[in-house]
Amino acid sequence: MTNIIRQGAVGMGMGRVGIELKQFFRDRESAVFNFLLPMILLVIFGSVFGGQDLGDSGITFSQYFVAGMIASGIVYTSFQNLAISIPMEREDGTLKRLQGTPMPPAAFFIGKIGMVSVAYIAQVTILIAVGVFFFDIDMPTTSFAIFTFIWISILGLIAFTLLGIAYSVVPKQGRGAAALVSPVVLVLQFTSGVFFVFTDLPQWMQSFASLFPLKWLAQGMRSVFLPESAAAMEVNGSWELGLTAIVLVVWIALGALLATLFFRWVPRGEN
Amino acid sequence: MAKEDAVHAEGLVKEFGDVKALDGLDLVVPRGQVVGLLGPNGSGKTTTVRILATLLKPTKGIAYVNGFNVEKQADQVRHSIGLTGQYAAVDEFLTGRENLRMFGDLYHLAPPYVKQRSQELIEWFDLIEAADRPAKTYSGGMRRRLDLASSLIAKPSILFLDEPTTGLDPRSRLGMWGVIESLVAEGTTVLLTTQYLEEADKLADDIVVIDHGRVIAHGTAEELKDQIGGDRIEVTVTDLERIHDAQTALAPVFGGESIVNDSMVSGPVSGGSTVLVDVVRLLDSQNITIADLALRRPTLDDVFLSLTGHGAVDENPEKAVSRTRKGRNQS
Ligand SMILES: Nc1ncnc2c1ncn2[C@@H]1O[C@H](COP(=O)(O)OP(=O)(O)O)[C@@H](O)[C@H]1O
Ligand SMILES: [Mg+2]
Repeated sequence: MTNIIRQGAVGMGMGRVGIELKQFFRDRESAVFNFLLPMILLVIFGSVFGGQDLGDSGITFSQYFVAGMIASGIVYTSFQNLAISIPMEREDGTLKRLQGTPMPPAAFFIGKIGMVSVAYIAQVTILIAVGVFFFDIDMPTTSFAIFTFIWISILGLIAFTLLGIAYSVVPKQGRGAAALVSPVVLVLQFTSGVFFVFTDLPQWMQSFASLFPLKWLAQGMRSVFLPESAAAMEVNGSWELGLTAIVLVVWIALGALLATLFFRWVPRGEN
Repeated sequence: MAKEDAVHAEGLVKEFGDVKALDGLDLVVPRGQVVGLLGPNGSGKTTTVRILATLLKPTKGIAYVNGFNVEKQADQVRHSIGLTGQYAAVDEFLTGRENLRMFGDLYHLAPPYVKQRSQELIEWFDLIEAADRPAKTYSGGMRRRLDLASSLIAKPSILFLDEPTTGLDPRSRLGMWGVIESLVAEGTTVLLTTQYLEEADKLADDIVVIDHGRVIAHGTAEELKDQIGGDRIEVTVTDLERIHDAQTALAPVFGGESIVNDSMVSGPVSGGSTVLVDVVRLLDSQNITIADLALRRPTLDDVFLSLTGHGAVDENPEKAVSRTRKGRNQS
């Protein structure tokens, strides 16, 4: 047939990014909850605590907070977004419908990763713009900081996308999925030094959070947005970028394993 | 030979744990024909369709679709078929046109072709005004039409329709029938599952009746009707409470083979219209008043009942059919 174009999984997956983005932004709940939330939080927290310095460090709360919000943005656009939207797509049968087409399954996941990445880039851009214009955030200037920002973002997005796909089996139904996902995100945020200075948290909380990737993302983003001198305020007096990379890669491997083992196209009880 | 038919399945068995959803099902759909898979809820219709559509592996048995083995050549099978599931699955946040385009992409179709084909389908399925609105604003009937349109984007030669009209209002159902009929006129092979005997009767060349995952009868609507033979009389009584008295009173005419449904008792008769007189006389002698009395050809419902001992659609337990068999009374 002349109308057929042969396309691999990657090509088709790229083609799906546009469709996925439409779904992401047209779903009002998702647009607010996964996309706008960090901006909203930055405006609220920045307005309340913005001018205050952290101790005698000369660093404003806003500067500290924006790093945590960018790290949270990774979790919102990937993990929270997918762990809520996939159960809905599964429940309403659209996943099963896709499964019945000649689409290679990889194209589906590539589409999701593309959607998550584009949403995150847009989110970070707006977040930084808000920070710079309203809260006097200093932008990173060194190319090392920018390089760090890029690889932390990429590893973080991959890890939390895979974990979101894996976690999407936990909510049995689309409705109520948010109630099973956002508490997980909130607990991670509170214990990972997003809302509070990490080293002010109780020791057990720090140990708990260190097991999960968000703590490392937030710390990595602080290395990007805070001056070098602020490293002294971290747990080990350094940014620990090497360890961050290792932790993220381990979580990527774990996420890939869990996602392949547990992902399902149809609701439980249907095979 | 197996590979020449559009669908050829032999000895399909599917077990879900302890549940045997299919128990040695054989099915042939010749090219260009419409085969209706008729069975009550839970009889294995969806399971059959999902196996043929490569979405489920059979526990035992073998199936070919368009000459391709469903287990070993899944990709070729998926390219050959269009599938519409029991529940319309359209993407809520995409417009009708975007839904169609998405499926065009998934079937590896060139964008200009998809654009033109989408427009064709939108017009044909009466979705012109709604085409650029998100599908979440669509009615149930519109969703079903969009769902079916999506599965036609690649002009498949074989179409699987799983209960395409369940839950539709009568008008939408007629519309859907019209669409299916014109697809068939264009030469599409259709495997259609349904709980509605009327639907199978209207659309299918050949009807395969299944129950508990196995075929219990097979033939054209006429052949199936002939299986249970002659005319039937249906008597509706005015007083629901007396329906079982009526059933007992009419035992002589129905030869003990009658069915009660609500306030109606029906059964096979021989002797044509003269029996009507007997019915009136028998009921009159018991002081049972008749609301309605009719003599008719058997329907597929009767076929089903006589084959399985239960109705085709009995979702409402209060309306469940009771039946006397050879003089033994059970209600
Ligand atoms: N995934 C599953 N797990 C367990 N039992 C199932 C599953 N799918 C179907 N069944 C059972 O198999 C039987 C046939 O189901 P199905 O094919 O859906 O019937 P139909 O479509 O005719 O209503 C039913 O008893 C149903 O409960
Ligand atoms: Mg079914």
